[in-house]
Amino acid sequence: MATHVAQLSDRTRTENRLGRRLVAPAVVLMLIVTAWPMLQALYLSLFQYRLTSPDDREFVGLSNYVTALSDSLFWKDMWNTVLIMVVTVSVELVIGFAFAMVMHRIIFARGLIRTAILVPYGIITVVSAFAWQFTFSLNNGYVNSWFSWLPGISENTNWFGEHGTAMFAIMVSEIWKTTPFMSLLLLAGLAQVSEDMIEAAKVDGATWWQRLTKVILPNMRAAIMVAVLFRALDAFRIFDNIFVMTKGAQGTESSSFLTYRQVIEQFQLGMGSALSVLLFLSVLLLAWLIVKFFKVDLAQARGEG
Amino acid sequence: MKQNGLGHWIGFVAILVWCLLPIAWILSLSFKPVAETTSGSPQFLPRTWTLQNYKDVLANDDFQRALLNSAGIAAIATVLAVIFATLAAYAIARLEFRGKRFVLSIALAIAMFPVVSLVGPLFDLWRTFGLFNTWPGLIIPYMSFTLPLAIWTLSAFFREIPWEMEQAAQVDGATSWQAFRKVIVPLAAPGVFTAAILTFFFAWNEFVLAISLTSTTDARTVPAQLSFFVGSDQFNPPYSQLATASVVVTVPIVVLVLLFQRKIVAGLTSGAVKG
Repeated sequence: MATHVAQLSDRTRTENRLGRRLVAPAVVLMLIVTAWPMLQALYLSLFQYRLTSPDDREFVGLSNYVTALSDSLFWKDMWNTVLIMVVTVSVELVIGFAFAMVMHRIIFARGLIRTAILVPYGIITVVSAFAWQFTFSLNNGYVNSWFSWLPGISENTNWFGEHGTAMFAIMVSEIWKTTPFMSLLLLAGLAQVSEDMIEAAKVDGATWWQRLTKVILPNMRAAIMVAVLFRALDAFRIFDNIFVMTKGAQGTESSSFLTYRQVIEQFQLGMGSALSVLLFLSVLLLAWLIVKFFKVDLAQARGEG
Repeated sequence: MKQNGLGHWIGFVAILVWCLLPIAWILSLSFKPVAETTSGSPQFLPRTWTLQNYKDVLANDDFQRALLNSAGIAAIATVLAVIFATLAAYAIARLEFRGKRFVLSIALAIAMFPVVSLVGPLFDLWRTFGLFNTWPGLIIPYMSFTLPLAIWTLSAFFREIPWEMEQAAQVDGATSWQAFRKVIVPLAAPGVFTAAILTFFFAWNEFVLAISLTSTTDARTVPAQLSFFVGSDQFNPPYSQLATASVVVTVPIVVLVLLFQRKIVAGLTSGAVKG
């Protein structure tokens, strides 16, 4: 579709100019709030700079990066973040696919189910974090009384008192909120799989499992990859739920939370900026890995190619 | 083959329970008296029902102010972002110009940007420019972060519009303004509207910037205000009142979803698959 003609006619030149003018405001706005502050962060990260004592600003080179990368807290928070990302995205993929299958096949109450599935998507993350914090609360939650028959859960299980259980609660809140989004993306992918092909496989005697793994999944690969990419990068930025549910207690801090704490609570702008840059680089690396590893062609998935 | 067996009924119920149980839970909590949650109330439904929380929360000055901030900031950011995105999306869908791929790449990169990494530099810059703790201080970044999704959604919609109809109308004697207003606007409106809803959701939901770039109720939005509502004792927050405030701020979302579910789904998935 990109028709690059060697010699530019008047018409293409006008179209070029108009196109650029129309996108300019949006591009400028997007860059002003991201590229410029990011450059600022790159600059500030080279200084020992505390907002409470701005006069003591001192150039320290890369030492903020060295400090951050050699600190076990940085790696611990990174591990938490990666763990949350891997677990939530995997669980969401499975549950989201099951939901998508149900929504795809169901012929009654489609409006009702669509409305229900959009509620977790639309709800404020802070609100969903509160809802789950209260659900797992020792004094006010219903989890302990409902699930006390399970081994390891009793009336006195303090979910936010230990690392593992606190992480579990955080992941549950994240999974609850974002599975609907995942299932909608997968549903759109499912709609692209031709019914005839599934029928043909059925006639040829393929089992349910074979139809799923040999026909349905390979044909919705693009949709799955886009869903994984978007959700993984989104989960990697996890912040709101942790802020509300544990405030980072019991070692549940994420990389985003660490960066926030350095900048806003401790006013360490130099160190905070170094962490910001590292976080940005991690996201880039992650996006690159996913695109390379899964061979996601976004342009193709989007019909741009 | 399109018949729904027992499996589908189970799936149907599972989805509804999954989506609505936590909502039912905060709804139930909001009717529990504060005394009941303070002493511990692990059963699902209230022992005694009360409307006192709603009276208290709605009469709370800080909460009212936060609602006003949220509504104002989200509305302004939405309108502006959608205008900019419409211009850009029109160009992307209809015109051939150099740099189109660049725009789409920028949009994609920003959609994946870790917002927290901007907190530090923006905090610093906004204080220099006097934008810290003001409405524009939040509106500007909200616009930037919603533009990608809006451009994405709108360009997918615009690509589907049969633009030849504009010329057809002109051939039939309509002026170009009439052709635009009577033919193109009604065709484009649903897409613009969908982009607006998704943008509004983002702005209404956003938390990181809302707590970092504000310091008082002058510009603090609902999510930020809620998180500061926790009180002095972190381990014993006013559960039922927080739940009540949560219910109040969820109402607009539920209303939007009820009215526009079909459009929202179309908008969310438009960028994800070939269509």
